[in-house]
Amino acid sequence: MTHLTYIIAAYGVFAVIAVWFSATSWTRMTHARKRLAAIDPRASR
Amino acid sequence: MDASTAFAPPVKPPSGGGRNLHRFANPGRFLRLSGRVLPFVALPGLVLTLAGLVWGLLFAPADWQQGDAVRIMYVHVPAAWLASAGYAALAACSLSSLVWRHPLADLAALEIGPVGAGATALCLATGSLWGKPMWGAWWVWDARLTSVLVLFFLYLGHIALTRAFDDPARGARAGAILALVGAVDLPIIKFSVDWWNTLHQPATITLTGAPTMYLGMLWPLFLSALGMTLGFVAIVLARTRAAVMERRLRTLLATRARQEAGQEAGQEAGQEAGGIA
Repeated sequence: MTHLTYIIAAYGVFAVIAVWFSATSWTRMTHARKRLAAIDPRASR
Repeated sequence: MDASTAFAPPVKPPSGGGRNLHRFANPGRFLRLSGRVLPFVALPGLVLTLAGLVWGLLFAPADWQQGDAVRIMYVHVPAAWLASAGYAALAACSLSSLVWRHPLADLAALEIGPVGAGATALCLATGSLWGKPMWGAWWVWDARLTSVLVLFFLYLGHIALTRAFDDPARGARAGAILALVGAVDLPIIKFSVDWWNTLHQPATITLTGAPTMYLGMLWPLFLSALGMTLGFVAIVLARTRAAVMERRLRTLLATRARQEAGQEAGQEAGQEAGGIA
């Protein structure tokens, strides 16, 4: 495969950005849900 | 306190077209609806993206001229599409916020900004990684590249501006104006390859004409573009859900603090009155 370094770098950048945004979004959402459920029982409904 | 009133000041629903938008303005309804929709967006997004990228990386043919470097296209083109589409969504939310005072539009715009900036950064980075072996340069001041760089700065400006005010509503308003003014960059990006002589190639896929691309390359590109779009929507939905819950938390904590302060003030007043008597 020609230009393998560039291809791996491009897919690697994509993987880093995608994983970072997915992980931070998921963590933030679950953290907010837990905190809200702790002070407002209706939030868990 | 009703769930819907715990978030923001009540907003009077407008008449006309804005009324339909306000049906989904209730944050409680949004949380319920987005919670149901999110898995059906995130999972297909993940599967389609992986399918498109694996197909493009391992099974799609190499280009007769560019060789295997063309495989960068399966990441670069969807990222470029999302950079522009994300900004269009940001501008639409800003318009909805300014014109109809939609209570969730500000939050959505706030959360689209960083994700769109990420897509634009990915587009610029992968474009650079594609440009080096094909053009012999990491960067050229080409009209297409420069207009996308401007888009990246517009995203960064929006992120900075919306967070620069103590009052979030003022920040959202300033950000909305910037987003609407910056939307002029979108047609410039789209038509830059037609209006100017650019090193960047013209559009291969258009709405009006047949694609000038081999189907064995078009399908994985289509899959990865669809998958990444669904992934983008899922991330924005998750972030907006988090933002809605965080706003509700802040409101509840502030209400509780006011109530406690009021009770303490009442007790002190009672003690003072008792002491005088």
